[in-house]
Amino acid sequence: MTIAVIDYGMGNLHSVAKALEHVTHENVTITRDPRAIRGASRLVLPGQGAIRDCMGELERTELRGLVSELLDEQAKPLLGICVGQQMLFERSEENGGVDCLGFLPGRVRHFGHGLVGTDGERLKVPHMGWNRVVQRHAHPLWDGIEDGARFYFVHSYYVEAGLESDVFGATDYAGVDAHVVTGRGTVFAVQFHPEKSARDGLQLLENFVNWAP
Amino acid sequence: MTLAKRIIPCLDVDAGRVVKGVNFLGIRDAGDPVEIAKRYNQQGADEITFLDITASHEDRDTTVEMVERIAGEVFIPLTVGGGIRRCEDIRTMLNAGADKVSINTAAVTNPDFVREAAERFGSQCIVVAIDAKRVSDDNETPRWEIFTHGGRRPTGLDAVEWARKMVAYGAGELLLTSMDRDGTKAGFDIGVTRAISDAVEVPIIASGGVGNLDHLVAGVREGGADAVLAASIFHFGEYTIPDAKRYMAEHGLEMRL
Repeated sequence: MTIAVIDYGMGNLHSVAKALEHVTHENVTITRDPRAIRGASRLVLPGQGAIRDCMGELERTELRGLVSELLDEQAKPLLGICVGQQMLFERSEENGGVDCLGFLPGRVRHFGHGLVGTDGERLKVPHMGWNRVVQRHAHPLWDGIEDGARFYFVHSYYVEAGLESDVFGATDYAGVDAHVVTGRGTVFAVQFHPEKSARDGLQLLENFVNWAP
Repeated sequence: MTLAKRIIPCLDVDAGRVVKGVNFLGIRDAGDPVEIAKRYNQQGADEITFLDITASHEDRDTTVEMVERIAGEVFIPLTVGGGIRRCEDIRTMLNAGADKVSINTAAVTNPDFVREAAERFGSQCIVVAIDAKRVSDDNETPRWEIFTHGGRRPTGLDAVEWARKMVAYGAGELLLTSMDRDGTKAGFDIGVTRAISDAVEVPIIASGGVGNLDHLVAGVREGGADAVLAASIFHFGEYTIPDAKRYMAEHGLEMRL
């Protein structure tokens, strides 16, 4: 039993690997070897930085085809994190428009500039810090996590899913209904960083490790 | 609006021990960084900042090892600063488990380093530390300048302009320290905090001068800070993180309790 964190060259994978090791005795590996990825029992698709670079690196490391296949096969649980969530959708408006994996219908949008909250407070972009996630549908990955629990976010773009049934959690920021938790079948993906979200984040990772879809 | 304001305890670490100077003098020993980080994590700190104030090169390895140990036990964001001068330093700290690095002097001596770092690692992990000192007289329009070397060396750079430039270069967050207030316990310099917060779109962490919980409230409410950083009020047990969070929440601020 191995959990493979897919390393296509973007971002800091050590935090997520360390957090997984904290909640499981299963082997956690950071890898870009297609055989290791195919052979793993569970997959984590992380992502940090600009989506053009993430998609570009996924292409360059020749993992794009494999990731798409694995998503379609629905044979093992996959957890997308941050840009790893965004990449699952059809298209992002970041970097002038970037085509993504298109596993789920929907697009990735920018929060916009000059945002003002309901109390007149100026809202910053990136949306950085601990915000509440409202649970839209029940899911085994929500076990032991209260509705409205706070998770740690850092992002300027957010998912607008095409289908309500794919949305498992949402966060309100500046009046925007950001679909921060999405999934279908064996795939679950979050915009926030569970590996940096203290107890609730670790609970979500533990739920993922125990998930048998 | 549900995004919580953040409380960030800061560990100033010298040769593997947490210390906190008063105006960078009279250093007091406060303990083992890993134990202290774990304690703050248990108390519900929103992030932890680890500032390596060690001057000597050989102690850098100690720092990397400390960061590794903290990152293996504390699952909240960890920022590491002090001596970050090259992309290689950033890579080392991220590999050790840091989530963000804070760039200070190197940003002043070579602003392009910030641009390069943001392009390579993403703005989300690049914090630029701004050490500002008021240079205007009381009867003048307030003006602050950037100082380096623990507040001893002026650079002639206007703090607000500098903040804008660093954000344009890719800083994802600014850690603003008032060199007039640091270690004084007289409260944040609200003027410079508000001026910079209004000038840029990225989050601002206010630092320097916290002596009581009202100062934390003022940093957010009057200064417009998104996060507040403090060291000695937490290290020496005057207040716990939950004390601070409850107090800020009672004063109408959104907190993660």
